[in-house]
Amino acid sequence: MEYEAVIGLEVHVQIKAESKIFSRVRAGYGHEPNKLVDPVVMGLPGALPVMNKAALDGIIKAGLALNCTIPETCKWDRKNYFYPDSPNNYQITQYDQPICDGGYVEIELPGDTRAVMGEHKKIALTRIHLENDVGKLNHFAEDSLVDYNRAFTSLMEIVSEPDMHSGEEAFAFLTAIRQTMIYCGISDCDMEKGQMRADANISVRPVGQKELGQKIELKNLNSITGVKNGIEYEIKRQTRELKKGNPITQATWRWNANLGQTEMMREKEDAHDYRYFPDPDLMPVKIDEDWKSRLFAEIPELPWNKQRRFMEEYELPYSITSVLVPDRLLSEWFEAAAKQAPKLAQSVGNLVANDLLRELSEAGQALVDCKITPDTLLGLVKVVEKGTIPKNVANKDVFPEMFKTGETAEEVIERKGLKADFDEGQVKVWCQEAIDENPKPVQNYKDGNEKALNALLGPVMKKSRGKANPQVVNKLIRELLS
Amino acid sequence: MSEELHYKSASELSELLGKKELSAVELMKATIARTKAVEDKVAAFNSYDEADALKQAEASDARRAAGEALGPLDGIPVGIKDNLAVNGQPLTCSSKMLEKFVSPYDATCIEKLKTEGAVLWGRLNLDEFAMGSSTENSAFKTTSNPWNLECIPGGSSGGSAAATAAGQAAMTLGSDTGGSIRQPASHCGVVGVKPTYGRVSRYGLAAFASSLDQIGPVTRNVKDAALLLQAISGHDERDSTSYRISEPNFLASMEKQRGRKWTLGLPKEYFANAASTPAMEPVLKAIEFYRSLGCEVKEVSLPHTDYAVATYYIIATAEASSNLARYDGIRYTHRAEKFDTKDSVDIYCQSRAEGFGEEVKRRVILGTYVLSSGYYDAYYLKAQKVRTLIRQDFEKAFEEVDALLTPTSPTPAFKKGEKSSDPLSMYLSDIYTISANLAGIPGMSLPCGYSDGLPVGLQILGKPFQEDEMLSIANEFEAAHGFKDQHPSL
Repeated sequence: MEYEAVIGLEVHVQIKAESKIFSRVRAGYGHEPNKLVDPVVMGLPGALPVMNKAALDGIIKAGLALNCTIPETCKWDRKNYFYPDSPNNYQITQYDQPICDGGYVEIELPGDTRAVMGEHKKIALTRIHLENDVGKLNHFAEDSLVDYNRAFTSLMEIVSEPDMHSGEEAFAFLTAIRQTMIYCGISDCDMEKGQMRADANISVRPVGQKELGQKIELKNLNSITGVKNGIEYEIKRQTRELKKGNPITQATWRWNANLGQTEMMREKEDAHDYRYFPDPDLMPVKIDEDWKSRLFAEIPELPWNKQRRFMEEYELPYSITSVLVPDRLLSEWFEAAAKQAPKLAQSVGNLVANDLLRELSEAGQALVDCKITPDTLLGLVKVVEKGTIPKNVANKDVFPEMFKTGETAEEVIERKGLKADFDEGQVKVWCQEAIDENPKPVQNYKDGNEKALNALLGPVMKKSRGKANPQVVNKLIRELLS
Repeated sequence: MSEELHYKSASELSELLGKKELSAVELMKATIARTKAVEDKVAAFNSYDEADALKQAEASDARRAAGEALGPLDGIPVGIKDNLAVNGQPLTCSSKMLEKFVSPYDATCIEKLKTEGAVLWGRLNLDEFAMGSSTENSAFKTTSNPWNLECIPGGSSGGSAAATAAGQAAMTLGSDTGGSIRQPASHCGVVGVKPTYGRVSRYGLAAFASSLDQIGPVTRNVKDAALLLQAISGHDERDSTSYRISEPNFLASMEKQRGRKWTLGLPKEYFANAASTPAMEPVLKAIEFYRSLGCEVKEVSLPHTDYAVATYYIIATAEASSNLARYDGIRYTHRAEKFDTKDSVDIYCQSRAEGFGEEVKRRVILGTYVLSSGYYDAYYLKAQKVRTLIRQDFEKAFEEVDALLTPTSPTPAFKKGEKSSDPLSMYLSDIYTISANLAGIPGMSLPCGYSDGLPVGLQILGKPFQEDEMLSIANEFEAAHGFKDQHPSL
């Protein structure tokens, strides 16, 4: 029997905001324990939560970017449960009236090769709601200590429908959410800092069966790759069990990335009764069209749309766009140059995606600190286009200098004396000499072997001490031989 | 020091301070002396900090000497119910759970009193976490009614009412979730005001039932209540349920409305058992007084009155079960010395079992039950619907009348221990006060006479955010009667 997996994800994303969700205390990461606290965060008697508007802006923007409906009102509920990381022993969340309803995430699956765009799919969302994050428990041999710095950070939970069927789809789903959040400035989604966390619900059923199989919940998925690997492992495990005739039992499992396997955390939880009820300390929020449209206007062009546009408008190959687009700053940097000379966009794209990224990575530099500007980079492409210097000289000699010093292409060429000190007439003379000195390749070319021309190119380059433009040489030889 | 100083009203004291015939330090010393003299009998205070109070009084005198007195309350000792956060002072809620807790911050009302220059004085006893009607649920002590030391002072603000009645503070702050200011005020023969929900910020009030709790004044006359209400009212960004509405000058507005011919309503459901209600006679006389002033007094109906107590005990306990979850033995509360370290839940169980008293446990269990899945719709959701009906009852009544007159409590103060074993009969002592909290409207209790030597209160229920009218109606009665000058003999 063939089996298929059904996967739903619950993705928690911290909203980037100066202060916490229900308190004015600063939000942050990496501080000394229990420094980002106040009476509200510590759950002191008498402390009251007050909604942070920045958190609402963040989630509404996220909802709009992920194609959700934003109902006119949403309200706040208490989810009651005892756990030391939760200062009030209830979480303020949204039970039956979330801020964002429905929606979907467009994902891309891997193509046949890296040069080919893969299949795009829409993964349906159930909802996105806002809640407070909890503190962090640290366990030691004798004690457990709790740090409330993270408590009350603005957290949204993006809940998908059981709409995915492989680890790859889950990987693509998280990647797409991450890129969208970063593009919109809602979150940095750094999983190492806990800014994005995912739990998966995984079940397996015989192909063709309508009802879902018994699901398990998979936790501790600490990286996007971890999500993929954990899910794939779990699908194999469940399929193997089912094939052996063993039923899957409801349980919570954990991904152990070190061992590369899933481990059972707890079997069949007692059904939690969270005793949800509307939080009497907070008023429902009304979200009008003005508010929505103001935030909608702040949403930039989203990655998939930008990628499709780059491929069409600038005729960039897929492989280049898939390097440029995931990084919003990089894509904007590219476009600042490309839109000034759309015909040169491919050369610009190549330089940005290959040379610029390589130099940045070797120098350990961020794009914002880069000395080359879109304008100077475009200047280099134009110099090559004019035939002032050959492309390989531009890439190998000029570009790295520009990167180091911030000079324009012209300034580097001038300083290093890279400009050809002869004209096209001289190159033509050298070409004729090369033709005369190499009758064999000439004959081969005339017999229809295009590649034979390469044998003439070398001698000309040698005569020009490498300064002749190969494209120009190629053109001239063809003319002479025609 | 004059013997009567401790029974002077805050307004009178304010005048003396203003004329520099009295210094804040003298006043505070007298207050401390009075407190000590009667505290053995009254037991209104969980604690007090003499040095701190005298320091505040000195600061007040210094301000006045420099011509920088802050407001009418500058230098006036104000007693604080022990469920309001005062920076650097204990905040016990009369619970073993918080016996050692010292607040690191000020409640908004406390901050406001500080800007007014008031001298914050002592921590007043209450039923544990404000759950009760007799102050017998305090984990620390039972406060006595100054009029009869064998009787309870009412609750939960029993310490506030008793201290005010006994002259241990010029005025006090209480909190009212179902009558916790008005009922003890009526039992102790003082004025107690529960403002409209949202009038006073709850920030810094240890929550019992968030949608019902309000902080309010307990004073020896109506004018003082207006002064203290003025000082603590106003929108607060730290409490989302505090209302964005400008407050009038309560005192000026009250004076201005002197002599108005009010239309007053008598909810017939509240008077149905008048014959068997011991506290009713002075109330009926008070109603006659208003008639004699030329006010129109008419019967109105609040048809859902019968459901108020049940509705209240579902909503209040539901919210309490969640509000009190933070007292868990983890951070700042009582922690059991012995618990099973292998079982992560046991620290909660042991600490809460030791830290909470019987009534608190009863209500937490009740509240947990009504919120449980499978019961939520039948209890909590139904109660919310009934709450809406109760609110609508009042809206309808207020289309016809300016305010309602009712007894504050079905009986005068009862004997200590009398109802301790019968929680239901204890709950029913709030029967006239609970509805105002459910509807969010303002209410107050005003001394209107005696029954068997114990004070009886007249309750006035006003329209939302019309406390000035309510106070004005009270003022008419008070001005024509001598009850504010009657004090218990201690």
